[in-house]
Amino acid sequence: MTPAASETVAKAAAVTQASVEQAHVALRGITCVFHSRGRSLHALGPVDLSLARGEFFSVVGPSGCGKSTLLDILAGLNPPQTGTAHFEGKPIQGVPDGVGVVFQEDASFPWLNVHDNVAFGLRRAGVEPAEIKRRVDYAIGFMGLKDFAAAYPAQLSGGMRQRVCIARTLVLQPRLIMLDEPFGALDQQTRLIMGDELLRLWRETSATILLITHALDEAAMLSDRVGVMSTRPGTFIDIIETGWDRNRDSRVVSTPHFGDITARLWEKLRVEALKMMSTNETRSS
Amino acid sequence: MLRFAIVALLVAAIEILCRLHIIPVDVMIAPSQMAAELVKILVSGEFSADIISSIANVLISTVLSVTLGFVAGLIIYSAPILRAALEPLLASYYAVPTFVFYPVFVVLFGVGSGAIIAIAVLLAIVSMITATLNGLDRIPRVLRKTGRIYRMSRIKTALMIELPSAAPSLFTGIKLSVAYSFIGVIASEFILSGSGVGYAIAYAYNNFETPRMYALMLLIILLVTGVNSLLNGIDRRLQSQRHR
Repeated sequence: MTPAASETVAKAAAVTQASVEQAHVALRGITCVFHSRGRSLHALGPVDLSLARGEFFSVVGPSGCGKSTLLDILAGLNPPQTGTAHFEGKPIQGVPDGVGVVFQEDASFPWLNVHDNVAFGLRRAGVEPAEIKRRVDYAIGFMGLKDFAAAYPAQLSGGMRQRVCIARTLVLQPRLIMLDEPFGALDQQTRLIMGDELLRLWRETSATILLITHALDEAAMLSDRVGVMSTRPGTFIDIIETGWDRNRDSRVVSTPHFGDITARLWEKLRVEALKMMSTNETRSS
Repeated sequence: MLRFAIVALLVAAIEILCRLHIIPVDVMIAPSQMAAELVKILVSGEFSADIISSIANVLISTVLSVTLGFVAGLIIYSAPILRAALEPLLASYYAVPTFVFYPVFVVLFGVGSGAIIAIAVLLAIVSMITATLNGLDRIPRVLRKTGRIYRMSRIKTALMIELPSAAPSLFTGIKLSVAYSFIGVIASEFILSGSGVGYAIAYAYNNFETPRMYALMLLIILLVTGVNSLLNGIDRRLQSQRHR
């Protein structure tokens, strides 16, 4: 190795070290392998990723590529086999303080009304009642649930229930909000509206957002950056900067730039999706 | 409303048939006479001890089968190997007429409340075990995950998420346990007791005291209907939260 080259390597290592400390979220060399009944499945990695504080980052990828596994690692629900995961400079061990997660499935508690659903986490955290009331009222108002505070989830539509889950996360004032295909079960119009609400929430809270989605338009419209993952074992094959300004909303979908972004995303993803389908076909035949 | 009309109509029909002596008096007495006899019995307090003893046995059997059934359900749920072995047995359990074991219980507990409660519990407990397993199975995985995100301890998650989530199924188990306890207690009193409403009915029957027998039967029906509609009311309130 030439002196110049080794210097570059050393510099790169130093940059990596610095970025672990500065980045809001830092993943280095993360891999995840699942073992079941004597067989092992390499689900994810190696993955390197740094998220800046207050960034809106989306992950797209073919189904089964390990997107949700990535989220589980970041949320401290599942430790990786190798690599390091840091949140705010501290290694992730168990669910970190300041992290909120919104799942694809309806996670509202059917036995609690909307108000109590939203207040659940605050009560567990031992926040005083006056503060709970203030924050819950704000979150319910913010998500447009004011008239439904006394309603039970069963009385609400799927979109409204997902709003409850977002309000429930928002109320804890997380610094990192992760959403795992949160609008997957909703119709197209509702998804665009919910996307706008997510952007509004992002601007308001200045939290870092990690959105996992299979919808390219959603990723292109909402994000500062979009990471494209390969088929299993998932790794990032491209990271695209959208260049939107902070005050964007769903109307960007009619701009030519939006078309460019989705075109590039699809170009990368199409190859992976085809690979995915062919492996499925060989498996089923 | 229609249901009420049907019952009223049936009662009225029996009443008329009895009054016209199409049904002979020694076979069945008119419902109005049953009610009158029941009031008389209740006022005289002649059977108060029997009534109280039956209700107490039903209550004890229900409490025992609900708590034991719930605990057994938890244990079976947490041991998948045990569960795989037991599940077919649980599923076919009610094919076995539990009452055939009454001689065994008489040997074990003697004649009296002990044996009666044992049979009633044996009859009721499996419905509670099944309901518990059902309730635990139906807890959505995402709710447990939510508990972890809230950094709740295992016990907190069990009490504040899993228990309320399984509550409707558990309540169904309680409802069934009450019904089976009633059946178990009253039926056992016929064969292995010297007290209780079941015994009193059998005694009246053997001594050709038809009015008394029917009055006591009416009492049982009223009691079971009352308890059941109370439980159904609670059940509906629980369910109405969860369904439109």
